[in-house]
Amino acid sequence: MPQFKQRQFLDFEKPVKELFEQLAQIKEIAEKNPTVDYTSSIQQLEQSLLERRKEITKHLTPWQQVQLSRHPDRPYTNAYIKRMLTDYIEFFGDRNVRDDKAIVGGFGLLDGETVMIIGHQKGINTKMRQLRNFGMANPEGYRKALRLMRLAEKFNKPVITFIDTPGAFPGAEAEERGQGEAIARNIYEMMRLKVPVICVIIGEGASGGALGIGVGDKVLMLQNTWYTVISPENCSSILWRSWEKKEVAAEQLKLTSTDMKSFGLVDEVVEEPYGGAHWNYEEAAESLKQVLVRLLKELKKIPAEERINNRINKYSKMGFWEEVEE
Amino acid sequence: MQHEEDFDANLAGEDKSSEEAKSRWFKRIKKGITTSTAEKKEAPDGLWMKCPNCKYTCTVLELKENLFVCPKCNYHHRIGSHEYFNILFDNQEYEELFDNVRSVDFLQFKDLKPYNKRLEEAYSKTGLNDSLSVGAGKLHGHDLVICCSDFNFIGGSLGSVMGEKIAKAVDYAIEHQSPLMIISKSGGARMMESAFSLMQLAKTSGKLSQLSDAKLPYISLCTDPTYGGTTASFAMLGDVNIAEPGAMIGFAGPRVIKETIKKDLPAGFQSSEFLMDHGFLDCIVDRKELKDKLAALLTLFKS
Ligand SMILES: [Zn+2]
Repeated sequence: MPQFKQRQFLDFEKPVKELFEQLAQIKEIAEKNPTVDYTSSIQQLEQSLLERRKEITKHLTPWQQVQLSRHPDRPYTNAYIKRMLTDYIEFFGDRNVRDDKAIVGGFGLLDGETVMIIGHQKGINTKMRQLRNFGMANPEGYRKALRLMRLAEKFNKPVITFIDTPGAFPGAEAEERGQGEAIARNIYEMMRLKVPVICVIIGEGASGGALGIGVGDKVLMLQNTWYTVISPENCSSILWRSWEKKEVAAEQLKLTSTDMKSFGLVDEVVEEPYGGAHWNYEEAAESLKQVLVRLLKELKKIPAEERINNRINKYSKMGFWEEVEE
Repeated sequence: MQHEEDFDANLAGEDKSSEEAKSRWFKRIKKGITTSTAEKKEAPDGLWMKCPNCKYTCTVLELKENLFVCPKCNYHHRIGSHEYFNILFDNQEYEELFDNVRSVDFLQFKDLKPYNKRLEEAYSKTGLNDSLSVGAGKLHGHDLVICCSDFNFIGGSLGSVMGEKIAKAVDYAIEHQSPLMIISKSGGARMMESAFSLMQLAKTSGKLSQLSDAKLPYISLCTDPTYGGTTASFAMLGDVNIAEPGAMIGFAGPRVIKETIKKDLPAGFQSSEFLMDHGFLDCIVDRKELKDKLAALLTLFKS
C-alpha cells in the first residue's frame, strides 16, 4: 500500500478503515514507547485486518467492483512497470503530433528478457491526473502505442499492454486527428503483430479506448476490474435516460472479471491481494509477473504465423448468434 | 448542412427524431422475423415527401428516381440496405447472403425494455432480420459483395450478428475472389450485447486483415451517420474510404464532445467534408455518381 499519501477509503471499505486506523495508532504508540512490547497486539490487529480485507472483496456488487477498479490508491501502469521490470527505458511521442501522457511505454527486462510494455497511465495526484488526462488517450496516444509495437516487432520482442481507461478522449481535437481511425488501425495491426501479445486489464476497461491497445493472444483481467463496451454511467444515461441507473447498468452489462472469464472473452483472471491491488503493490505486481512469464514462455513456442491465425480465430468466435433454417 | 441529432437515442432503439430523413417511407410491413426480401414492402410511390433540408416537396417516386437525393438541394436522404443494393447492383439483381443469422439474447439484457422485446419491435418495424444485410452481385460487370447497415434497426448498431455477417462476407469474398464493400450507417456498438459487441470491432478487423492478405480490395462507404464502434473498426479501414456528401462521421457523438469541452462545435464539424479536409477520406461521392465511381475503382484495382 502506498505510504506516500493519505490512504483513502470507499464506502464499503469502512470495516477495514477502523482496523487500519487502530493499527496505525498502536504502531505510533509503540514507536513512542520503545520499552513496552506491543508486538502481540499489533500482530493480532494485522491478522484481523487481513481477514477483513479478504471478506470485503468476497461479496462485491458489480458496481462496487467498478468503484474498486477506480480506487484512488490503486496501482497504475507505471507502478507495475517499476516493480515488474528492470532496466526499463521509456519512449515518447508518436513522431507526428506530440507525446500523449495518457499512454506510456518502453522496453524493459521481464525476468531477464526484453519486452515492450505499453499502458494507459492515470495521474497519482490532482496535478498529474490533469496531465495524464485521467487515462483518456488522444489519437496520438494510440499512434505512439502502435509505433512502439512496431519497434517490438522489429526486434522480435513480445508486447505487453496494460489497460486502464474510462474511454478514449471525446474531445474536438481528438476527432480532428481521427480518434476512430487511430483505434481502428491499432486493432487491425495488433491482430497481425508477429510477436506474442498479452493484454491485461489492470483497472477500467471501457470501450474502444481499451480495445485500442487490447487485442492479444492472451487477454487477462485483474480480479477487481471491469471490461465492456461502455461505462455503466454512460450506459445508464443512454439506455435509461438517467445518470441514476449506473448500478443497474453495471449489473446488466455483466462486466466483471468473473463474467468476462465465463463468457470466454478473456483468458485468465489474475487474483489481487486481499481487499484489492491497492493494499499491496508488491504482491499485486509479483502475482501478475508470474502469470506473464508463464504465458510468454507458452506463446514463444508457437510459430508467428500460427499465433496470428489463432488470434484471428479466437476473436472470430466471439459473439452470440444463431443460424436459423429457412 | 447543420443538423444536430441524438444518435444515442437511436442506439437505444428509440425513434425520437421528428426528422423526415428517418426515411419512414421505407418502413416495411410487419411480417415477423422470417420475412424474406421479396415480401418487404416499399413505400407507396404517390406519397408526398418534404426535404428536411430545403423543404422541397416531391413524390416518393420522383425522389426514388433521383436515388433518394433531393432534386433541389442534393440532400442525401437516409436509405436502407436494399435501396443501396438496388442502386448499385446491375439490373437490381443480387443474391442476399447470410440472412439466416439472427440475434440471441444471451445476456438477457434489460434496460427500460428487455433486449428481446427491442429485437421483436425492430423486426416488425423494419421487416429486417438485423442491422446489416449482405448482397452479392455485379456492378457494371464487376463481382462485388456489399455489406450494408440499416439505421432503422436499433440505430444500425454493431452487434454479434453484424460482426458474424461481415466475417462470413469476408470468407465469401475470399472464396469467390471478389472485392468487398461495407456501407456504414450506425450510431455505434449495440450496448445490449455488452462486451460481445465490443469484440466485434476486433472480429471484423481481423477478418478484414485476411481479405487484405488475399489481395482483394476493400472499399468503405461512410453514410450518415457513422459513429462509435463502426468508425473505430471497419468504417475507417478501407483501402479506399468514401463518404456521401453531408454525412456525419466520428468516434464520439457531438453531444458527448460538447459536454466534454463545454463549447459549441464549429459548423460542419464531423461532416464528410471535415473528414476529407483532415485526411480520413479519399473522396466524397454523390449517390448518383457512386456506381460509376466504384466501377472505375474496381477496374483500376484489376488492370
Ligand atoms: Zn432539399
